[in-house]
Amino acid sequence: MIASETLNWLVPALILTPFVGAAVLAVMPARRAELFRPVALLFSAATGILAVYLLTQFDGNEAGFQFALQQPWVERLGISLAFGVDGISVFLVVLTGVIFPIAMLGATPHHDPKPYYAWLCVLMGASMGVFMALDLVLFFVFFELVLVPMYFLIGLWGYAERTAAATKFFLYTMFGSALMLVGLVATAVLHQRGVGGQLTFNLLEIARDPGISTNAARLIFVAFAVAFAIKVPLVPLHTWLPDAHTQAPTAGSVILAAVMLKLGTYGFLRFGIYLFPEAAVWAKPVLLTMAVLGITYGAIVATMQTDLKRLVAYSSIAHLGFIVLGLFSLTVVGIEGGILVMVNHGITTGALFLLVGMVYERRHTREISQLSGLQKSAPLLAAVMTIVVLASVGLPGLNGFPGELLALLGAFQTSRVWGVIAVTGVILAALYLLWAYQRTFHGPATGENATIRDMRPSEVLVMAPLVVLIVVLGLFPGLMIDRMEPSVKALVAHVDERVEDFEETRYEFVGPSPDTGGEAEGHSGGDSSGGTGEGGGAG
Amino acid sequence: MAGSSLLAVALQDVLVDAGDGFALPSIDWAGIAPNLILMLGAILLLTVVSILKRRVPSWFAPVWTISAAVAAALAVVPLWQRFSDTGPETLVAGAVGLDGFSLFATVVVCIAVVFVALLLADYLQREGLESPEWYVLVLLSASGAVTMASADDLIVLFVGLEILSVAAYVMTAMHRRRVSSQEAGLKYFVLGAFSSAFLLYGIALTYGATGSTNLAEIQAFLAEDVVTQNALLLGGLAFMLVGLGFKVGAVPFHSWAPDVYQGAPTPISGYMAGAVKLGAFAALLRVFVVAFGPAYRQEWQPLVAALAVLSLVVGAFAAISQTNVKRMLAYSSINHAGFILLGVLAASPAGTEAALFYLLAYTFMAAGSFAVVTLVGRAGEHRQSLDDYRGLASVRPGLALVFTVLLLSQAGVPLTVGFLAKLYVVTAAVESGFDWVAVVAMLTAVVSAFMYLRIVATMYFGDAPEGAPALRIPAATGLALGLSVVGVLLLGIVPGPVSDWANSAVAQLVVAAP
Repeated sequence: MIASETLNWLVPALILTPFVGAAVLAVMPARRAELFRPVALLFSAATGILAVYLLTQFDGNEAGFQFALQQPWVERLGISLAFGVDGISVFLVVLTGVIFPIAMLGATPHHDPKPYYAWLCVLMGASMGVFMALDLVLFFVFFELVLVPMYFLIGLWGYAERTAAATKFFLYTMFGSALMLVGLVATAVLHQRGVGGQLTFNLLEIARDPGISTNAARLIFVAFAVAFAIKVPLVPLHTWLPDAHTQAPTAGSVILAAVMLKLGTYGFLRFGIYLFPEAAVWAKPVLLTMAVLGITYGAIVATMQTDLKRLVAYSSIAHLGFIVLGLFSLTVVGIEGGILVMVNHGITTGALFLLVGMVYERRHTREISQLSGLQKSAPLLAAVMTIVVLASVGLPGLNGFPGELLALLGAFQTSRVWGVIAVTGVILAALYLLWAYQRTFHGPATGENATIRDMRPSEVLVMAPLVVLIVVLGLFPGLMIDRMEPSVKALVAHVDERVEDFEETRYEFVGPSPDTGGEAEGHSGGDSSGGTGEGGGAG
Repeated sequence: MAGSSLLAVALQDVLVDAGDGFALPSIDWAGIAPNLILMLGAILLLTVVSILKRRVPSWFAPVWTISAAVAAALAVVPLWQRFSDTGPETLVAGAVGLDGFSLFATVVVCIAVVFVALLLADYLQREGLESPEWYVLVLLSASGAVTMASADDLIVLFVGLEILSVAAYVMTAMHRRRVSSQEAGLKYFVLGAFSSAFLLYGIALTYGATGSTNLAEIQAFLAEDVVTQNALLLGGLAFMLVGLGFKVGAVPFHSWAPDVYQGAPTPISGYMAGAVKLGAFAALLRVFVVAFGPAYRQEWQPLVAALAVLSLVVGAFAAISQTNVKRMLAYSSINHAGFILLGVLAASPAGTEAALFYLLAYTFMAAGSFAVVTLVGRAGEHRQSLDDYRGLASVRPGLALVFTVLLLSQAGVPLTVGFLAKLYVVTAAVESGFDWVAVVAMLTAVVSAFMYLRIVATMYFGDAPEGAPALRIPAATGLALGLSVVGVLLLGIVPGPVSDWANSAVAQLVVAAP
């Protein structure tokens, strides 16, 4: 599965550059306060540029891992520093690289800039590590490491209830991680017992030939799934998210939504479906149900929110439901849709949190009832908000649409009932977002609402790249789909190869029954052409 | 030590071949050099200060202690060479083992001694308690811990335990002006004497059942013979588990631990969490994993599993309801004991290795954490409640950061040694089929994390109280803090060499006497 090792210095560079940035910030003298922000921006932007360079060097026709790198770490336990990037992770790496500098640029802390930027840099490095790690323990290390900076970001620079929110966030995730740690140790031990040889935590080696009995694999999958479901979060394990989002500072919310929630969905893909295909197929109904629950519940609860930020937080739960719906449709189209939503939700929701932060900065409230008619005094802000809201709603032509469409398509192919219920989420999204927009930006501008300042040039600069991405990725989703398709197809083939009667489980609700092998072959072909057709069509 | 092992051997000879009278075994002095250095260091220090009395400068005793510890650790180097060349040996007529395990444990004890000497130097000065006896006791107890970790004979093990414990009782009670210190010392002594009696009774029963107090002979006996009436043996096994379970602070034999840890002078609390625990765990590993391991594993593993689960759960849950930081750390040390018991429970080389690595890691974490408690406690150690840590980050950002790293390491956050230590024991437990205990352990780690986060949150998210006396960080304590934090991070990021070392240390523990 390792396709190439060229240019693999990019991987450690992507992880270490932010960490070096954090170290530089830590040793900088406290009196040069004006330098902290430029230094942090320099290092995060450098990482972002490296990430974009990685994308340009990425071979989109290759299914395996590129830029692969492997070094022993704890040889005694078979833990290695194994990294690699494939069509699934490459966009998440780029997303991480792009969103961090924007978040740093878009929001400034009210106090203690030095630790603030240092923690953001640590968070960036650790997030990069999660998306590129190909070793179970290494993945866990980064997965858990992101908690620490986020804990401090929420706890130190958050709003009134920040301490409780930070602790809740840390403990929820750690609870899942505790199960996951035992799960991954069990995976390695059982793999060694089943296959022989040295103990190893290497993902590719274990996935190639797990040697784990069906029941054990299902049990371990559950352990992993709980950890990821908390991180995503899936209803009913979501209760940490609204608090964390509401209390976090703007940059924290942006990164939480754009990057950290994706750790869970990415984990499902890489360490759930890829590592335990049979168990994933077995658990599919439960996870699809949770996904649909998240879509509808998140949307309904979002409708009832009075706090703008909390509303966006609940809308995140709904969007994340779409991702899981797509992934666990276990079709090429569905998974592609899921990955598209991962990236696009990062862009749009990141932008939404930035905009909500700008509103808060001007009005010192996020209560919808206190806001109205903002567009009169801030037309530019309203215009940007319109675009972002429409993208989040899933308007065709903007980036929210293709991903949700493909995820729904995938769900319809294999799990129609869930697909049908999920569609209601799309309608509800239009309801709560547009309604909130209408209440805050339209109507008479009363009191302070009449005199707020429009976007400053610096704020326009922050939002511009996001808006460009929203439009470009909305018009040309094929840019992404084409590059991820080989990897996604390989993943589905990997599942197909290892799960008996996979074709039947895929088509149990829809389409002509795959009586003959040739038919089944035709179906998977149809999937992919549907995927590219969609991308090409929209483009 | 030489005296004690002589005594033991003499005892054994009387028991085994009473007809031949006393036959002194040949003693390989070089083989027990590290232990001798610690023991003689203590005696010489006592002699020197008795003769010179007040003319000894105050820096002399700590420097002497640290030198003795470093010398003992250096003396391990040639012995390690010898061990890697010729394999494990047993010295002094089968009484003392020279193996990787005992050498590794010796080094860990020496590290603990260095830490406690650094901390005591400042602490005693602050509290006006300066006297060299503290250091004599530290060196003596270290010698006891090393004796336990290298014991190949139950009698030697018991002697080591007594040397270790008696010194620890005295050190606990040695803060003259604090009632709680004396109370803790008395409590520790009374309960400790009970547990020693249990252990001794267990040894006697085991001797009755197997006809030997030598670990290798017990192991061989149990391997060859089937004991049909094994009540005696099981009784001995259970009593020894109670005795050693008390010393490691495992639930339900833990009730002394919170009071003693809280009452003892804080540097001594850290030392007890490191060296005293290590001695007791080394004894547990030698007796249960090695001597009773192969034949009687089925019998003792459920008992140890119960101890482990209880320690994990009680340690974690009791800690979160505390408001005294020192007491929190005391309960968390019970939780850590539960984790180390996972390594014992595994009853495998991997488990022993994991327990050793965990003990090393915990020595660093405990030394640093209790050092912070020492500093924040200020003169008289009155400031130990959570409120006294409020806003520490704004007053002493460096100290708060160090404490945060140490606490996160105890919680098991990656890139610190605490994470790898937990990964090791969990892996060993899962390998031996104790998945469910591993799950319990990790879940209690989350509960403990809540407690650690409470401290971190108090330091960072609260405002410093007005009017608290200034917090000074003396040089030696600062050095100890620096060493512990560097150790925690270094071992967490580059664990390779130490983990390989622990691995080669446990190859073969006890060999039969030639």
